[in-house]
Amino acid sequence: MTLSTMFLTMLPGMLRTIAIFVLTLVFSLPLGMVVMMLRKSRIGIVQILTKIFIAVMRGTPLMLQLLVWYFGPYYLFRMPIGGYRFTAIILGFSLNYAAYFAEIYRAGIEAIPVGQYEAADVLGYSKAQTFFKIILPQVIKTILPAVTNEVITLVKDTSLAFALAYSEVFSIAKQISSSQTSFMPFLIAGVFYFVANYAVAFGMEAVEQMFKYYD
Amino acid sequence: MTEERRSNYDDILFRMDHIQKSFGGTEVLKDISVSVRAGEVVSIIGPSGSGKSTLLRCATFLETIDAGTICYRDVIAAQNDSSGKAVYAGPADIRKAKKQFGLVFQQFNLFPHFSVLKNIMDAPVSIQKQPKETARAKAMELLRKMGLEDKADAYPKQLSGGQQQRVAIARALAMEPDILFFDEPTSALDPELTGEVLKVIRLLAEEKMTMVIVTHEMPFARAVSNRVIFMDGGVIVEQGDPEKVFGAPEQERTRQFLRNYQQ
Ligand SMILES: Nc1ncnc2c1ncn2[C@@H]1O[C@H](COP(=O)(O)OP(=O)(O)OP(=O)(O)O)[C@@H](O)[C@H]1O
Ligand SMILES: [Mg+2]
Repeated sequence: MTLSTMFLTMLPGMLRTIAIFVLTLVFSLPLGMVVMMLRKSRIGIVQILTKIFIAVMRGTPLMLQLLVWYFGPYYLFRMPIGGYRFTAIILGFSLNYAAYFAEIYRAGIEAIPVGQYEAADVLGYSKAQTFFKIILPQVIKTILPAVTNEVITLVKDTSLAFALAYSEVFSIAKQISSSQTSFMPFLIAGVFYFVANYAVAFGMEAVEQMFKYYD
Repeated sequence: MTEERRSNYDDILFRMDHIQKSFGGTEVLKDISVSVRAGEVVSIIGPSGSGKSTLLRCATFLETIDAGTICYRDVIAAQNDSSGKAVYAGPADIRKAKKQFGLVFQQFNLFPHFSVLKNIMDAPVSIQKQPKETARAKAMELLRKMGLEDKADAYPKQLSGGQQQRVAIARALAMEPDILFFDEPTSALDPELTGEVLKVIRLLAEEKMTMVIVTHEMPFARAVSNRVIFMDGGVIVEQGDPEKVFGAPEQERTRQFLRNYQQ
């Protein structure tokens, strides 16, 4: 197998990896906001359940969580295993990352001095105006470094989908490597992850720069 | 009601009556009454923990009172129900009351992600729906008055504390309040920067801006106010003409406080 056929065989895997990455962010970034609000809810039981959810999501391996989402329906309800492999992956990743993002958002919001709310209140800003105009832009700035860390971890975490035998780039690399007895596929996969991370870091750095204007 | 009393009544911009406020079990304001007439400059002095900030925070709805009445002109923002507990008016009346006052904080509380100009003109534009150009022109005029016209495009972090506090005063004035509250406007500043802020407040006093100022700057309070209130332990111990309160205080506690201050 030539290097270029190897690369072409791995290309669909790369696209699948990118799909996991993009969809996880699309779902988990907003979902994290919802989880954060439930976590800060004044209803005791909601707050406690959300705390437990976050603790479980952060306290158990993501690979295990993926297995639960995939095989759980079978063991619990005797549903046939199959069709929902990709759904289980996106569900597992999104819920897990939402828990992490929720805690990042919470820390970011709690870091805003109460004086900002008070100044806005006395001037007559509504609750919504205060949040979207005054608080949120400052929160985004403070949490960007932490979000960048998570996003970079996610690039690498996508390889965990191999646990569900989903042919993303890492699974394919493993297959080709054993059938061709070559180390090359792993090298290609490694370069792929590295380039992807580099692109993410570059993009996030640009966003961080955008928020530096008022330092 | 006689003509004279009627006009006096119309003159009162702000009135707090029999205010009680506790935190947990501690009573911080004990039956406090204050009223402020148009054009008056009232200074509030008193030892740390006497309830001065709490009084201003209740007046500006940052804290809720337990009992008493709060009025801004004819808007009754809070008053006691039959059981003697304070009940606040609905959101429409609260909004009407809020339009009448501004507050300058000890820590400035400027919005760090807004330029100086935007800090001043954003509320008039997004709350009062003023046209941008009108609001900008007025903001620039206020900046000129504060001696900061060259800082319009700067961000708060690039300014000294004294400059930030002057921007905060401009931000409050841009909403054209009838009465402006100050909570120790110079306490967070280096001593050499207090002068520039006090100068601005003095200028506003000359223009007959109605102000209530909590301060530890005794000579300033004496020079600028029409009336001085001395608070201690959640009550008003003494109030009156600054020359009287500073020069010949009636109460022993006032004398003691002022004596400690001079040392
Ligand atoms: N949010 C709060 N919760 C509990 N206690 C409070 C709170 N705010 C103020 N207090 C207490 O109320 C009392 C009056 O405080 P306040 O801040 O009004 O005093 P002050 O006269 O402004 O003092 P200073 O000159 O130090 O600013 C103090 O004993 C303070 O500890
Ligand atoms: Mg105070």
